[in-house]
Amino acid sequence: MAPARLSVPELLLWAAGAIGIALLPPILSTFQVVQITIFLIFCLLAVSLDLSWGLAGLLSFGQAAFFGIGGYAYAILGINNVTTSASVVAAAAAGGTAAAMVGYIAFYGRLSAMFLAVMTLTITLILLQVMGSTADPSYRIGSAVIGGYNGMTNIPSLVLDPRGFFWTVGGLLVGIVAMGRLIMITSFGRVLAAIRENEQRVELLGYDARWRKLVIFSLSGAIAALAGALFASWGNFINPEVFSLAQSAQVVIWVLVGGRGSLYGAVIGALLVQAMTQYLGSIGTAYTSLALGGLLVMFVLLLRNGLLPAISRGILAIGMRKA
Amino acid sequence: MTQTSVEDEFSRSETAGAQTTTLLLQTRRLSKDFGGVHAVAEVDFRLHRGELRCLIGPNGAGKSTFFKMLSGQLHPSKGTIFFDGKDITGEPRHKIARLGMGIKNQVPSVWDGLSVYEHFWIGAHRRVGARAARTVAEGLLTELGLETVARREVGALAHGERQWVEIGMVVAQQPKLILLDEPTAGMAADEVERTVDLLRAINFNASLVVVEHDMQFIKMIGGIVTVFHQGRILIEGAMESVLDSRVVREVYLGSGHARG
Amino acid sequence: MSHASSLSTRVHNALLTMAHLLATFIGVAFAIASLVLLSLGLAIIYGMMGVINLAQGEFIMLGAYTVVFSSAHGVNLWIGMALAPIVVGTVGLLVERCIIRFLYGRLLDTMLATWGLSLVLIAAVTLILGPSTEGVATPLSHIAIGSYAVAGYNLFVIASAAASVAFTWYLFKYTEFGLLARGAMQNAEMVAALGIHPPTIYMVTFAFGSALAGLAGAIMAPLTGVVPSLGLAFVAKVFITVTVGGAAIFTGTLSAGTLLGAIESAVSFVSTPIYGQVAMLACALVVLRIAPQGISGLWRRRG
Repeated sequence: MAPARLSVPELLLWAAGAIGIALLPPILSTFQVVQITIFLIFCLLAVSLDLSWGLAGLLSFGQAAFFGIGGYAYAILGINNVTTSASVVAAAAAGGTAAAMVGYIAFYGRLSAMFLAVMTLTITLILLQVMGSTADPSYRIGSAVIGGYNGMTNIPSLVLDPRGFFWTVGGLLVGIVAMGRLIMITSFGRVLAAIRENEQRVELLGYDARWRKLVIFSLSGAIAALAGALFASWGNFINPEVFSLAQSAQVVIWVLVGGRGSLYGAVIGALLVQAMTQYLGSIGTAYTSLALGGLLVMFVLLLRNGLLPAISRGILAIGMRKA
Repeated sequence: MTQTSVEDEFSRSETAGAQTTTLLLQTRRLSKDFGGVHAVAEVDFRLHRGELRCLIGPNGAGKSTFFKMLSGQLHPSKGTIFFDGKDITGEPRHKIARLGMGIKNQVPSVWDGLSVYEHFWIGAHRRVGARAARTVAEGLLTELGLETVARREVGALAHGERQWVEIGMVVAQQPKLILLDEPTAGMAADEVERTVDLLRAINFNASLVVVEHDMQFIKMIGGIVTVFHQGRILIEGAMESVLDSRVVREVYLGSGHARG
Repeated sequence: MSHASSLSTRVHNALLTMAHLLATFIGVAFAIASLVLLSLGLAIIYGMMGVINLAQGEFIMLGAYTVVFSSAHGVNLWIGMALAPIVVGTVGLLVERCIIRFLYGRLLDTMLATWGLSLVLIAAVTLILGPSTEGVATPLSHIAIGSYAVAGYNLFVIASAAASVAFTWYLFKYTEFGLLARGAMQNAEMVAALGIHPPTIYMVTFAFGSALAGLAGAIMAPLTGVVPSLGLAFVAKVFITVTVGGAAIFTGTLSAGTLLGAIESAVSFVSTPIYGQVAMLACALVVLRIAPQGISGLWRRRG
């Protein structure tokens, strides 16, 4: 489990991350900068799930739903000439609100963990079908045509310059990871960790678990939606694929592979799996699904806690042998 | 099946002045049905401030179900519960805990991924805030002799230590009443003795109701004993008279063993 | 003269209305029946074993593909439909042996693993059989009711659903296997003490639930374009039905199927099938807010 206090090495890691983000663009080609930006956006999406799942134990199979809602919200607002920065904020708010609605039903209804997982997956799949059915040009909000499976194009960019966008995304990622870690060491975060381990025990001490779960789940949805808005801005394009089963599965796989609970595991998992997906995607999308599905099954059966804990235990073991 | 007047027993015991104003916990006709099974049936229970009450009875007698209703983990089918003058029947469990009731469930209920220190800190934090919670937590670590494992994950501890962690966590919330469901289950004899001392120390600040099967433990505690049988209170009184009672022997050992 | 014609007009109108009602009734019954047929397999697996199999949609898909594949190779359609449960039941058996049995008691892990399996199956079928839409012709001609034409095949679907439910109910209530399965569900240790191996019962139960899904897919195949992602179209509906139905396999699935199927067909009739699904989801959320254990929870009254 993640340590309950910030250590100097961790603060140094944040500084290193910030410096790395600042220094990379001048060294790399524009193409590489653009490539890494999308990787960073997915890291942000993975972090959003880890806050909900790794910290509070709330597994949502539909993080892609909030991602997509954020993307579409940004697109619709942007095309309707709302300033892009305001659109991003509104998109995040949209995701947070959607998550709050689902969370309210699940947590205040004291519905099981299984319900949350199944319902969020179901909502994602239904969104896929609903958004896919909007092909007719009459489906529009203001001047934004939804476009069905063809999606929406000409979405305005948040930052036109690729380097500037890279810095924005990178800065947001480092900032949100730092914020997430800070949340984890506050009493709010520790109580959430306890809720993850044994919710009944927490409530028997007088804490109301319901609103705490609602807050973290809504925050997680807002961050996912933020990532969605950045995604729409990145490609100036969005289509219902964001709601696909593969997209939903990928978010879970990133966090599962990387390791839950530390936020860093989510980043590592996203980077590794994305690299694999990119490579396989050049061969064919079916191979990507095959590999992702296989990864999921293998990790659940064999490496349930993901790579980061296994690696850090390995490092610890080596360290101890030396001492 | 008589229910000895608790007041009579009190005039003989150490806890003085059994007026209704010192009544901390009272249930009236409290019942819980599961399908056709009456797990708890028409229980009228009274507990005064400062008491250390033992609750005994065979398995399935309804003691754990009774506790779960008191703490809000189960909704009663019938009857009312009064705690510290308030009607808490059907209230959510976190509200009842905030009113000053703590419970240690039968099955050790802790947070495997968190450290011992964090258990006590979280237990105390809600009432006293972050800084004071640190003091309370450190104090409990010393009192329970758990300083050496303070930063260890509770999942890695031995069974007896886990029981103490849970007790300590409940004490940390500084409740008025603590329900303990088999606190010494699975403990060795020396651990049982330490637990008895611990409970006596806790009793200075909180009333206790303890469910136990260990007769040695009950004899060490002394005090009033309530006997549950088939969902009802069979008999209630000072430990010696209850354990000598013919009715209780029948219930525990079968009618062949009862002697007049 | 006018008196006689107004009587015959009234009778004529009455018959028209009756035909209309009957056709509508059959339409709703069809929606309910398909939902029940598709969900029964998962209801068994979830109700008897507490396992949420997210690859259930893919079992349905495999059943549909069995029919498509065998038809394309000249096998009679009805024989193809009989083959489907055998094929998919075998797949289910393998899945249980290789994946599910390591994860009993770990509900979320089972969901994750079966989700991965779902991806693998879709990809595998895409790679082996191709991504394009296949189809089989709908057998059985239309039956006329007044001036309404009711698809004979829809009646077959309704009959199959009823037969499947009846057969499964009989199997679990009156046969030795059913008794052992129910016993294992309540108390695995007792059953083991009687000399029966619970893991074997779980394996057979899971295979049976998979076979049912395969059969459902086979029966639905003539009604829809068969693609590797066919399961995804059904999985949302099936999961909503089983969750709303709750733990009681038969009463739960039947009541949830009736409620949700009726709502889906009503809304689909007024607008589009997609809004039918949205309405179904909304209805499910409302029901679950009121009765978190599903409909079966309403007449169990626990705690």
